[in-house]
Amino acid sequence: MLAFIIRRIIQSILVMLVISFVGFLIQHQIGDPVRDLVGERVTPAEREVIRDRLGLNDPFYEQYFRFVAKAVQGDLGLSFFYKKPALDVILSKAPATIELVIVTSFILIFVSIPVGIYSAIYPKSWISRIAIAGSTVGVAVPVFLTAIAFIYLFSVELNWLPSYGRGETVTVWGFWDTGFLTVDGLLHLILPAISLSSIMLPLFIRLIRAEMMEVLETEYIKYAWAKGLDRRRVWFVHAFKNTLLPVITVFGVQLGIMFAFTILTETVFQWQGMGFMFLEAVERSDTSLLVAYLVFVGVIFVLVNTVVDVIYGVVNPMVRITGAK
Amino acid sequence: MLIINNQRRVSMRKLFTFFAAMFLVLGFTCMAQSTTLRVALDAGPVSQDPQVQLSGGMLQFSHWVFDPLVRYRQDMSFEPRLAEKWERIDDLTMRFHLRKGVKFHSGNPFTAADVKFTFERFYKSQDFKGLFEPFESCTIVDDHTVDIKTKKPYALLINMATYIFPMDHKFYSGTDETGQPKDAVVKIGPSFALKNESGTGAFKVVEWEQGARYVFERFADYWDKGCPGNVTEMVLTPIKEDATRVAALLSGDVGFISPVPPQDFGRIEKDPRVNLFTFSGGRIITLQLNQKRRPEFQDVRVRQAIVHAINNEGIVDKIMKGTATVAAQQSPAGYMGHKESLKPRFDLEKAKALMKEAGLENGFECTMIAPNNRYVNDEKIAEAVVPMLARINIKVNLKTMPKAQYWDEFDAQVADIQMVGWHSDTEDSGNFSEFLMMCPNKETGYGQYNSGNYCNPKIDELTMAAQVETDLEKRTAILQEIEQILYDDAAFVPFHWQNHSYGARKGVEVGPVINTMNFPYLGDLVVQ
Repeated sequence: MLAFIIRRIIQSILVMLVISFVGFLIQHQIGDPVRDLVGERVTPAEREVIRDRLGLNDPFYEQYFRFVAKAVQGDLGLSFFYKKPALDVILSKAPATIELVIVTSFILIFVSIPVGIYSAIYPKSWISRIAIAGSTVGVAVPVFLTAIAFIYLFSVELNWLPSYGRGETVTVWGFWDTGFLTVDGLLHLILPAISLSSIMLPLFIRLIRAEMMEVLETEYIKYAWAKGLDRRRVWFVHAFKNTLLPVITVFGVQLGIMFAFTILTETVFQWQGMGFMFLEAVERSDTSLLVAYLVFVGVIFVLVNTVVDVIYGVVNPMVRITGAK
Repeated sequence: MLIINNQRRVSMRKLFTFFAAMFLVLGFTCMAQSTTLRVALDAGPVSQDPQVQLSGGMLQFSHWVFDPLVRYRQDMSFEPRLAEKWERIDDLTMRFHLRKGVKFHSGNPFTAADVKFTFERFYKSQDFKGLFEPFESCTIVDDHTVDIKTKKPYALLINMATYIFPMDHKFYSGTDETGQPKDAVVKIGPSFALKNESGTGAFKVVEWEQGARYVFERFADYWDKGCPGNVTEMVLTPIKEDATRVAALLSGDVGFISPVPPQDFGRIEKDPRVNLFTFSGGRIITLQLNQKRRPEFQDVRVRQAIVHAINNEGIVDKIMKGTATVAAQQSPAGYMGHKESLKPRFDLEKAKALMKEAGLENGFECTMIAPNNRYVNDEKIAEAVVPMLARINIKVNLKTMPKAQYWDEFDAQVADIQMVGWHSDTEDSGNFSEFLMMCPNKETGYGQYNSGNYCNPKIDELTMAAQVETDLEKRTAILQEIEQILYDDAAFVPFHWQNHSYGARKGVEVGPVINTMNFPYLGDLVVQ
């Protein structure tokens, strides 16, 4: 177990190095942050002075090593726009995205599992057919279109839900702005979470359904039926647990995709999270923030997948995680 | 026992009614006294320091939190604000008499020393020092009088006074907790003025979350007792996505938005809960034809042909949906240089004839670049140009890109045709020619954005003459002559002047506070 964890840590460091290297490579192509900072009247000579001061004229490898050296100490650079350390900006925006992802995950779990199981057990029922077809619409329509449609329906026409932002947030633990503790905050969470989940739902519903249907055909399930066990015990205790394994793995990978889609969803809802911050950083060529975001998301991704692998080994003792005896 | 219970129940009910009544009364009085306006713009101000960046957004902010010496009314006449009156002492000097009894948000009184402090701080700002290059000094005559001097006779002194937003010199003196002077103008890092303000304006800053949420509160000691505005609290949230901003207005989550995307104009006009306001602006959108890269553009007939081939009225109609004013020259109506007789000249037959005359009937190929997120519908306008020029056999290879990349490419003159928009900082015609049409000169900075390399010594001569001519009639003649020459020479291809657009809930009286510079004076805004 220990060897496994150590190997994982080394892997994550490698991942971060590669990501930051790629981020830096892109930086040189995506434009001039100084242009965004100064007015139109500033002469090119003065812009050069600013570039020099920001260290933007140094050779690539020099800038990159400077970055790595500082990153190891926890300094990911200064954001040009926010004029604060990039890490501070990300940490202040992270709670918004994490809460959104948590609520989306809940929706995914509590919708896809019942629907998936039901449509596996009764594949021909009209509920199953509608669910499968409906979820396909969700993945076919781009997420920002879904989001705008929801806003216009629920916010403008029906006036049930707010159209943008996080609403009232409460600061807990000194820095975490949470929307969970106020009704206003929770209302604001609904539409963005539903929009975000609309992309992933079809995948999970179909996956659970397919896995479940396969498991229901296996020998040991037939044996359980033959033994005369209660229906529910067969479905939920024996069959379902075995369908979970691939689902958990897929979930780990999909989390990365979910983060990618937060960029679009947050922009539509003006959700002050990391995704929106990233999009603005790209537009402004705010490279420190850009690279810091990539590294941060890389870390989360590696962490989640490590946890997933550990859970995998715990849930199914027959699987030996690599490195363990 | 029963009696006691009854008594307790009765008194509990009495207590409850009393509190309920109190709540209602307090609630109503609170509601009656405080008016909160929720505003959504496409971006928020980048700093609380009015001199750190010269941009529309920062000037909008300056008008809410600070006050200028003078400001423009809707008809472009000057309204005295912190300067009550002014008189010309001599060719180079203007004396300003400052208003008495004005307080800053910090409580400090407004005096001439603050004007001098603000004036001298301009030269520490990269963005503003070029703007104030013609100025010489600001001297204190007495506590409420200053003399502002220019290096040469300068016709636009009062125009420039609209940029002087006096800052509280006592508030900004000393050093902050990091040891940096409080009055430091810092573009790329933290500074005292970034996060703190003390101006004389109608609103104070009470909350500032960069890029996310800005809260302003009305300043109780505001000097302008005649100000009609009744907004006590203003909450500004930037909403970047056009559709979300409109949805927020329609659903009532915000009370005022700007800009309104042209495609939503119809929707807002039809909805009885909201109103649409537009105002003609001074930003001209143009194409520059690079004579150095493409020798064909050196022939005035080819340039004329291109101007005649582009249907700018059609573009305003179909692409801008009427939210722009078609242009044939640089200066919009209301500016001194605007010449009524210069009309848009779309004429395809004439364009073809001109190309034939120039011997280029079979046309040629050329490249074009345009930004895609800088001006309203910039990409669509550029895309419309391609088929229009194809009709006179000019094959255009168009590349569009975000503004973060565009300006470097523009400066490097990577394409034969380049799009550029310009708004005059001085609200005056001369500024257009200074930056867009004068022969590019690295030392003086003139023609900095003249990527077409159009160089006509007569234009240079006239533009410089206009700078020092203080006789308004003579100056008007000079500026109009410039427009005529540029028109005849087809020095650039004009499209239109962008309109400003605003949307507001019913009862938010936006009409009187907007103007051609897109600085809505929200301090004066009345909400029913």
